[in-house]
Amino acid sequence: MIGLRYVYAVCRPFSTPLQAQLSGVAGDPPRLLTHHGLVAVVSHVPEADFAEEPLRAHLEDLDWLTGVARAHQGVIDALTTVTTPLPLRLGTVFRDDSGVRTMIEARKESFRHTLDRLEGRVEWGVKVFLEDAPKPEAAAPAARPASGRDYLRQRRSQTKSQDELWQRAELFATQLHETLSRVAEDSRLHAPQNPALSGASGRNVLNAAYLVPRAGSEEFVEKVDQTKGELPGIRVELTGPWAAYSFAGDTAPESASDEERPNAKERS
Amino acid sequence: MTTPGRLPDPYGQGGGANLADILERVLDKGIVIAGDIRINLLDIELLTIKLRLIVASVDKAKEMGIDWWETDPALSSRARRDELARENAELRERLAALEELEAGRDQEPSSTASAQEQAHREAP
Repeated sequence: MIGLRYVYAVCRPFSTPLQAQLSGVAGDPPRLLTHHGLVAVVSHVPEADFAEEPLRAHLEDLDWLTGVARAHQGVIDALTTVTTPLPLRLGTVFRDDSGVRTMIEARKESFRHTLDRLEGRVEWGVKVFLEDAPKPEAAAPAARPASGRDYLRQRRSQTKSQDELWQRAELFATQLHETLSRVAEDSRLHAPQNPALSGASGRNVLNAAYLVPRAGSEEFVEKVDQTKGELPGIRVELTGPWAAYSFAGDTAPESASDEERPNAKERS
Repeated sequence: MTTPGRLPDPYGQGGGANLADILERVLDKGIVIAGDIRINLLDIELLTIKLRLIVASVDKAKEMGIDWWETDPALSSRARRDELARENAELRERLAALEELEAGRDQEPSSTASAQEQAHREAP
């Protein structure tokens, strides 16, 4: 297929073949483009969807975006089973292979630096939810307030127990984060998720990512599992292993300028 | 035998990793490289903000002081109502002023003439 080049990730050459049925964001299987000892994982994508105008329009379409996001993640996931990929942000598109090669050439030092830092490591996602408390009214229908003062008293005790629950959840999340940070090499705190998009019940108190060596992953997972069911009303969710998405963007101070300059140019 | 590459089975991936988990990673994390296809970075940032509003809870966003959508009539029905109420009040005010002017002209044509002229000059 003639078209544009969609880049998923950059990694070091690897020997294990990618799974055969893997298809990329537009159905084209990911190909490996090797340059300067680095591999760009690339799919051909149609200009009709990935040129500037259509891409911008598509990005506003949550259904389209969902499909591309899942396909992008599918390729990164497949790469994670055979190597340590540096995931690129969704929608990194070049005109042709030579554009991809030029990009590799310009950033090879920074890629190597980050690849060395992340080699053999994966990301685990941990979320803590405070389960929705059963409505006190429903639990005790007999306790109807007899007067306005009773009503206020009931309200106050409800609010108080809700506050206490919230504080307990926060404390639990803080302690869990400290425990896991000790096992992990690095961590990132993300914004809490909205149930509308995540489909998860309860209130998201902690949404964190941890960078863990593959060899230490079992211990990490055990640590998380131990906390499950520790506190009533609190739910702990583990996702992963992910490619080190949350840790790929950081650049060491010496390579920061190399990383920033092209973007700075874009903005002006 | 344990190999260094051995990993516990994936948790929650494929079926279980929710859309928010995937979007927050592929859209918000990972390395940012300006490709040949230049999607205006500002657009991308706007998109990210929009998604963040979906991803992050509204309460949290308010806590962080992000509440601009509340005053944007295109995004908030309350803002639209406020906007309508404001416009309504303004129109009423102008109508009242005109009625007053009208009444004044009927009674004292000469003294209100200058006021009327002034009103005309001020009107766009």
